[in-house]
Amino acid sequence: MKWSLILELSKALMLARFKQTAVAATGVMFSITMFVTLLGFMNGLNSMLDGLVLNRTPHIRFYNEIKPNPNQPVDITDEFQNTWNIIRSIKPSTSRLAIYNSEQIIQNLENDQRVLGVSPKVSAQVFFNVGTIDLTGIVSGIDVQKEAQLFAFTDYITAGNYEELNQTNTIILGKGLADRMLTGIGDVIQITTAQGNKMQVRVVGYYQSGLGDYDNSNSFASIGTVQKMLGEPPSYVTDIQVKLHNLDLAPSMARELEKIYNIDADDIQTVNAQFETGTNIRTLISYAVGITLLVVSGFGIYNILNMMIYEKLDTIAILKAIGFNGSDVNRIFITIALSIGVIGGGIGLVFGYFACLGIDQIPFETEALPTIKTFPVDYNPKYYFIGASFSLITTYLAGFFPARKASGVDPVDIIRGK
Amino acid sequence: MKNHHPTALQAEGVDKFFFNPTKTQVLKKVSFEVKQGEFVSVVGKSGCGKSTLLYILSTMDTDYQGKLHMDGELITGKPRNYLAHLRNEKIGFVFQFHYLLNEFSVLENIMIPGLKLGKYSREELEYRAMEKLRIFEMEEHALKKANQLSGGQKQRVAIARALINDPLLIMGDEPTGNLDKKNSDIVFNKFKELAQEFKQTMLVVTHDQEFAEGTDRIIEMEDGRVIRQ
Ligand SMILES: Nc1ncnc2c1ncn2[C@@H]1O[C@H](COP(=O)(O)OP(=O)(O)O)[C@@H](O)[C@H]1O
Ligand SMILES: [Mg+2]
Repeated sequence: MKWSLILELSKALMLARFKQTAVAATGVMFSITMFVTLLGFMNGLNSMLDGLVLNRTPHIRFYNEIKPNPNQPVDITDEFQNTWNIIRSIKPSTSRLAIYNSEQIIQNLENDQRVLGVSPKVSAQVFFNVGTIDLTGIVSGIDVQKEAQLFAFTDYITAGNYEELNQTNTIILGKGLADRMLTGIGDVIQITTAQGNKMQVRVVGYYQSGLGDYDNSNSFASIGTVQKMLGEPPSYVTDIQVKLHNLDLAPSMARELEKIYNIDADDIQTVNAQFETGTNIRTLISYAVGITLLVVSGFGIYNILNMMIYEKLDTIAILKAIGFNGSDVNRIFITIALSIGVIGGGIGLVFGYFACLGIDQIPFETEALPTIKTFPVDYNPKYYFIGASFSLITTYLAGFFPARKASGVDPVDIIRGK
Repeated sequence: MKNHHPTALQAEGVDKFFFNPTKTQVLKKVSFEVKQGEFVSVVGKSGCGKSTLLYILSTMDTDYQGKLHMDGELITGKPRNYLAHLRNEKIGFVFQFHYLLNEFSVLENIMIPGLKLGKYSREELEYRAMEKLRIFEMEEHALKKANQLSGGQKQRVAIARALINDPLLIMGDEPTGNLDKKNSDIVFNKFKELAQEFKQTMLVVTHDQEFAEGTDRIIEMEDGRVIRQ
């Protein structure tokens, strides 16, 4: 059976009932528009919220945790081997915060195929001296270039010039911290380390992550500046931050390397499990809403096709009388349903894209998110592809039963009934 | 006189029952044959089973007992799709109520069975359809929609459509039954013309005595039986 004839007949039937067909296609269009817009917007928000934390969180972080020694002397002594030992008021041992042999570890990690980049860090607890008051805070000594490259550091610098951080004795303050200290860019402030070393540093910029608590206590300087502040040698590193090519490998790699280097390792999944959950639920909701809309429009198509078949019983009977068989008639009505899906879905995808562009223009400025100026939208082609598939599947299903009914029409019944 | 002609259609002891509301036998051992080139009419009182017989002969109704041969081939018990193809290729049907597709033009209505058969290209079919329209003096209406025609005109188009695939047999169920005298005469004359000029085999149900007398042979039915042929 030639498809051109099937298409011609379907087209004629649709044009004969142009209004209903247009209404059905509009239904599909509307739901696909909503579907694409919703997913684009939801996922834009998702990746923004994820980015808030995940972008600047290392996939694996190596550090030395301050904790009691798991091998207490009493357990090692032969005398108490077969007894139940209870030690009260256990204290952590004076273990070093610095990572032993850090240079070698960094080099090994950089040679690892799975690793995208490695960035060392020195964290120091400090007091910021403001007049007679001391504010507690943290100075992170970072490798500016690597931090920018791997953790989008520069995105969060809202004022000043981050390049100046490469000079010694310069600092970038968290916005909240700077506000509390009433300092401006170019001012010199005094820092006292927990060990009592004092140091004068010049403020070269503000940092604003969007997480208020974080910005109230954190500041950044170059690794060298912090090492100098602490009076430690250039090999002194407290954290090694690793970014991987594939984030999913993080937990297994963390466990593996933890053993090899004999240090503590945190992976991003374990640390940020709750983010994943939130993301999944938001995605689930958008799919549920989108599919509900499609199902509703599917029922619309079902109704309209049923009505069309009822009105066109004569036509179906003639077609059968002049030699069209059941499957030809079936194909005609499936073609009608799918055409409604293709046209409605196609226009819906275009409108959805425009709606996304529109949302993308709406200003959305908040203190907490310095890098965001308008609502975030995700234009991933995946959503358009899913939308297109869904519109075809629902319209096909909506057409399936009416088409089957049409193909089963007995022409004798119709012709005799006249 | 026509015995040397091959048989176009043969019915052999056809029985037909309806079960709704009660079991009634509408056709009783109906047997007859139509030779190629014959113009046969079927007459009988209303309700004697003429339409029922015609639906069976046209292969649209397959729920009957007995045997049916078309063009020397047994068609009883053949699958539905095969019968649909057979109908498309070998049978032209003209109904009492002019069943045209209102969504299409007159020309397209005539072409559709030909497009379905796929034996000729679209251009050839268009040419052939125009030729058929010319036989019925309807060529100037070719591009009108079917529902812009009068009853008599529609019926002429319906006959033209029945002819498009050069069918073995044309069947008509009271094709003039719904027309006034004038139009009915025009259609009747066209049937006669087809019989005489084109030697078209035709089987036409009618209750118009005049019409019946103009045909080669009359099959008379009464109460589900053929009483004279
Ligand atoms: N679908 C049906 N169910 C039951 N009886 C029917 C049905 N169709 C027709 N009949 C009966 O069969 C008989 C023959 O009908 P029909 O073939 O239409 O007669 P005709 O065309 O000769 O006037 C009538 O008595 C009619 O009532
Ligand atoms: Mg009848």
